[in-house]
Amino acid sequence: MSNDNITYIEAKNKLFSVNFRELFRYRDLIWLFVKRDLVNSYKQTVLGPIWILINPLLSTTVFTVIFGVIAGISTDGVPPFLFYMSGNVLWSFFSSNLNKGSSTFLSNARIFGKVYFPRLVMPIANVIFNFINFALQTVVYIILVVVYALMGTGVHPNLMILLTPLLVLQTALLGMGIGLIVSSITTKYRDLNILVNFGISLLMYITPVVYPISEAPLGLGTVLLLNPVAPIVETYRYAFLGSGAFHWVYWLVSLGVTALILLFGLVIFNKVEKNFIDTV
Amino acid sequence: MDKDCVIKTEHLTKRYTLGVIGSGTLRRDLQSWYAKKRGREDPNRRIGAREYEKGEIFTALENFDIEIKRGERVGIIGANGAGKSTFLKLLSRITSPTEGKIAYRGRIASMLEVGTGFSGELTGRENIYLNGAILGMTKAEVDAKIDEIISFSECETFIDTPVKRYSSGMFVKLAFAVAAHLDAEILIMDEVLAVGDMKFQKKCIAKMRELAIDENRTVLYVSHNMSTIQELCSRCVVLEHGRKVFDGEVDGAIKLYLGGENDELYSFEYVDDKYKEKVRRKLLNLTRAKFFGRTSSWFYDDEQVPLELDWTYLEDVERLGLRVEISDIRHYPITAFVIENAGGGKKGESQTLQLRLDISALAQGTYCVRYVFFTCANRDAKPESVEIAAGLTIRKRLRTEGDTRWQKSWGSVVSKGVEIVGNENN
Repeated sequence: MSNDNITYIEAKNKLFSVNFRELFRYRDLIWLFVKRDLVNSYKQTVLGPIWILINPLLSTTVFTVIFGVIAGISTDGVPPFLFYMSGNVLWSFFSSNLNKGSSTFLSNARIFGKVYFPRLVMPIANVIFNFINFALQTVVYIILVVVYALMGTGVHPNLMILLTPLLVLQTALLGMGIGLIVSSITTKYRDLNILVNFGISLLMYITPVVYPISEAPLGLGTVLLLNPVAPIVETYRYAFLGSGAFHWVYWLVSLGVTALILLFGLVIFNKVEKNFIDTV
Repeated sequence: MDKDCVIKTEHLTKRYTLGVIGSGTLRRDLQSWYAKKRGREDPNRRIGAREYEKGEIFTALENFDIEIKRGERVGIIGANGAGKSTFLKLLSRITSPTEGKIAYRGRIASMLEVGTGFSGELTGRENIYLNGAILGMTKAEVDAKIDEIISFSECETFIDTPVKRYSSGMFVKLAFAVAAHLDAEILIMDEVLAVGDMKFQKKCIAKMRELAIDENRTVLYVSHNMSTIQELCSRCVVLEHGRKVFDGEVDGAIKLYLGGENDELYSFEYVDDKYKEKVRRKLLNLTRAKFFGRTSSWFYDDEQVPLELDWTYLEDVERLGLRVEISDIRHYPITAFVIENAGGGKKGESQTLQLRLDISALAQGTYCVRYVFFTCANRDAKPESVEIAAGLTIRKRLRTEGDTRWQKSWGSVVSKGVEIVGNENN
């Protein structure tokens, strides 16, 4: 018999008590949940994981037709398909993190009610699952960027690409942070659950996903960039395509906001996870 | 916490708010909060509801103190709503206490409805890993035990089939196998075995005993099935309305839970209204049962039980028979003493009967006694039971142990009629 650690369970807990060591001990569980989600997503489908790639390609095509061809929104001289794909891939990574994260408590109430494991395992597994999808899509995206660049069609990948891992991490944490907050509140107020789906699609329109920030009327661009997702999407696009600009002040603000949201998310999640099963 | 102590709780209390929790929408909660702040009446209160009724509180567990030592097998029994599951939920950290604290040493493997972590699309093998990880095992630990788990689960043939095609029995078997092979110091089980077949249930109980005795694990077991409690546990706690009412030997706990009276009695008068319903009165009226010449219900070694019954006839009875039935505390019959000619008499007459019961074959423990009076109109007719009365409790204890210490799980009757008729060394 090896394990002799004493665990204490008390009525009151500290405000911030995320047990990272315990989380690390459960790393195998995180991977198994990711694997389970992958298997569940594409079991008994004909095309299987190819859907991960079909989805963004289809929606990018739709964006290109509607916003590029029909509405005729400028893409700063970048091939429209690449322009929309850049925004689309990163946005769907953000929105799926937020969306799945925000139903952490409600959709896992059954298993949470039967067995204990660190509840943060679930949102983390979500993010990793979404990241795998995102990574596959990014591979296709990068291939397209290289092809377009070699064809000499105004695509200028630059050194800012080195910043993209940080951007991706930020997207993940921001989406998860908001998700944690929403998830914690929905255990009591279901209203928010309805609001989330609606809110995500609204948020997309104030984020430069289907238009460049330069297209916004003067003054409005500044306001739009205060949306923490906006500088991430802009910078990401700038790095690969060389269109737009790197608004580093806004990006720093966005980083700060991300950190705050994540911290607040962890605190409230931590508070709710202890007793949510009694109220859910 | 002592070195030997594995679980310790102090003033553990859990309260729930009854009724609808909150109004479920943010607007109304804000409204209520704002009204309260201004000292106005809550606009969302039910009309006619008094202030203190609004958040009525249900105490599921109150001031529960317990200390459990390494290697103990503790049964927890009590009626529905007594707080058994609440305790296990607090211990397995599914919800947290309102007051008080718990300290435990090592890991807890909780089997509250095993198999909840199973994912239908994954195969049995994949689910073993998933479920193991949910219970806190690492992949390496599962790797080391996977063959053992699969063979214990009896699901070898189907192990690479998605578990959504499993029967519910197979499901539980697989889940139990995973949980039982977890290297946890503390095992918690809540009625999990109900789904498996009898053979598998036996196997599980045996496995739990083995883990507790051989490997010094601590087992907490909640069940309504008294025979599994008796088979598995070395100590038993009875809960009633969230409070601990008994903590000690298993027999005593079960007796208390099943509502046994007459516990310490050596004489009992059937006069109290409460006991009238226990006696069916048609032919006679049982007035008293006692162990004559005794002052307790304890009997030692080969002592015989001196039983005296008093009754009054309500009708003329020609030939009365009496059966003294002995059952264990779960009211599972063990044996009976049949007296064909216990007497007879005219209406209004009284009778006193003195018997000596030989209980030398009974193992030590607590037994219930029941008196069944019957009439035998003629020799061939089936005796007809007329009066049945719950009787005194017999408690047997051995002052001197034999060569082998009798185990409760071997049975309640000590058989002695065995003779070695051949024994050769070849």
